[in-house]
Amino acid sequence: MTLKECKTGMSVRVENIGDSLLKERLMTMGLIPGTTVKVLRSAPLGDPMAIGIRSYNLAMRREDADKIVVTQVG
Amino acid sequence: MATMATDNNIIRVALTGNPNTGKSTIFNEITGARQKIGNWPGVTVDKKEGHVTFEGKHIQVIDLPGTYSVNARSPEEKIVIDYLQEAQLDLVVDVIDSSNIERNLFLTVQLLEKGIPLMLDLNMQDEAKRRGIKIDVKKLEKKLGFPVLLTVARDGKSIKNLLNVFTSVSMESYGPSEDLQAHIAKIQEIENSGLTGMDLQEAIIKQRYAFIDEILGEVAEFSSVGSTLTEKLDSVLANGVLALPLFLAILYAVFQITFEWIGQPIADALEEVITGDFTEWVAGALEGAQVADWMQALILDGIIGGVGSVIIFVPLIFMLFFCLSFLDGTGYMARVAFIMDPIMRRAGLSGKSVMPLMMGFGCGVPSIMGARALDNEKDRILSILAAPFLTCGAKLPIMALFAAMFFPDNAANVVFAMYIVGVVMAIVSTKLLTAAKYKDETATFLLELPPYRMPDMKTVLLETWDKGKGYLVKAGTIIFVGCVLIWFLGAFNMDGMVEEQSESFLASIGAVVGAIFTFHGFGNWEAGAAVISGILAKESVVSTIGVLYGLPDISAEAEDAVETAEALSATGMAAAFTSLSALAFMVFSQIYTPCVTALGTIKKETNSWKMMFFAAGYMFALAWVVSLIVYQGGKLLGFE
Repeated sequence: MTLKECKTGMSVRVENIGDSLLKERLMTMGLIPGTTVKVLRSAPLGDPMAIGIRSYNLAMRREDADKIVVTQVG
Repeated sequence: MATMATDNNIIRVALTGNPNTGKSTIFNEITGARQKIGNWPGVTVDKKEGHVTFEGKHIQVIDLPGTYSVNARSPEEKIVIDYLQEAQLDLVVDVIDSSNIERNLFLTVQLLEKGIPLMLDLNMQDEAKRRGIKIDVKKLEKKLGFPVLLTVARDGKSIKNLLNVFTSVSMESYGPSEDLQAHIAKIQEIENSGLTGMDLQEAIIKQRYAFIDEILGEVAEFSSVGSTLTEKLDSVLANGVLALPLFLAILYAVFQITFEWIGQPIADALEEVITGDFTEWVAGALEGAQVADWMQALILDGIIGGVGSVIIFVPLIFMLFFCLSFLDGTGYMARVAFIMDPIMRRAGLSGKSVMPLMMGFGCGVPSIMGARALDNEKDRILSILAAPFLTCGAKLPIMALFAAMFFPDNAANVVFAMYIVGVVMAIVSTKLLTAAKYKDETATFLLELPPYRMPDMKTVLLETWDKGKGYLVKAGTIIFVGCVLIWFLGAFNMDGMVEEQSESFLASIGAVVGAIFTFHGFGNWEAGAAVISGILAKESVVSTIGVLYGLPDISAEAEDAVETAEALSATGMAAAFTSLSALAFMVFSQIYTPCVTALGTIKKETNSWKMMFFAAGYMFALAWVVSLIVYQGGKLLGFE
């Protein structure tokens, strides 16, 4: 599944970032294959979404999250 | 160009680090008011330098822009890496948010790879403790080979510790540890492995995080704690049904503080002093000194009028920036971007530009300056060029007067429609500019949501002061010259000073300008002159109309619009406009060239004359076209 499809509260492991313009920035911010990510919440209008990663919170748009392949860990 | 450390008595220190690490707070606490904020050459990124004398030693500190990496992809990243590689520095301090050390160390490791010796400042110790993060300083020093210091940004002891280190540490006694050398060797191996492009970047970034994980595995302990204050606040402020109403309430409060409760009353009081007592006092003095009439008029109407129009905006700017800096310091501005992103994205703007743009309904000047808070050049320029389209407090009297005079039964609806015209034009213009100039730049949105914090008041006040001062000094000069010029045009003609404005250069130019509105239904010289004086200040449109139609004493206040309209109905103005051409004039006034104050601010904020003249010409052209469509379209539909 992709990060976009994850429900609030899920913990997932990143498998693949997918090719996008954001790829390098995402990896620089600590989102690389193997990283565990927690889905925190969606903005009131459903987009963007906030994730917890490496002890900080990061917001990204759903269309970008849709390129990130993850597997559930908890 | 980098500064060279030629003077051995001065200690040169640079602060670098991620955004939201308390780096600027440390800078402000160290240097206080002894700082200078300029621009890095060629870009609108603040260059902050300051100095302090500690135990007889002179220390110069530069606060580099906060960045997550130094890949030189953004102007900020390029500034940081160029400066650190070129400048002769005694010490580079890498300020790290200890509660978020993993990601913060990415920049650290990248800088160390490039051979830049660093002192690590593990800041925000209090926050790290609350989040159950414990770091062994000695082990970290040994692991990297470079010195490490613990601080809490705002406490005096931490600042004193830092200053002690600045004056005593000698970086020559430090060098990369074996572990760090091994990491650098691995990076070089990857670089020589034949990988290219994104694959190479991916491999390098993975190696960096692998090294960071290795370090933290040895030196840090993470114990779990319950849900933090930030999570509790975010469940209300960034999530759920209350988030948007709460945002609107905060926005409303900022607007009220700036334009109703504090800022505007002070501005009004200042204006009264300047145009009243002060002008009278100067007039008396000039009369006494038997100064020539034209000189008196120049000083009273031109210079004092010009300076006055600069000064009365200062309280608004101070109040707005106090509020914006404060909210930014709490971390709330990131949430505003978060919750507003879907709406603003449709308009072609960034979520963060909501707050500054809303101020455009009060005044365009603070609104344009507010764009500084945005992350990149494209968002800043688009926000700056969108702000002037909104109906500011000075455009309102024009709308109120014309609506009362030509649409007496529907005045409120017509005024409201003009607000909508402004918003729609801001969006249309943003789309046009994006298509023309930024079509290759895909909008990206990746935003850190920092923990909520109590803002550092010293930082808030220094930022506010800097904005106010920057406006006075840089924008003020342009505004002043513009005001004197327009005053001159209104007071003189080829034969010298005139009694009646209708004989001045302004009137002659008005006739020419009026001619270009022939197909708009208001091709008379009075309307032309009003349009020109509106470039001085939108407030002047109504008063110019009053003067030109022989009623110089009419009120230019929006709340007196009905009476003013009644008075003017008895003059030639009633015949000069039809309802339709009045509507076209309102639409034109809503959209055309902003006032000189706003233009001066655009010049200051974009650091570009070209951008200022572009804004002036482009908005005039856009207004001309749209109001032509309104008039001709209305005629086609059978309105008059």
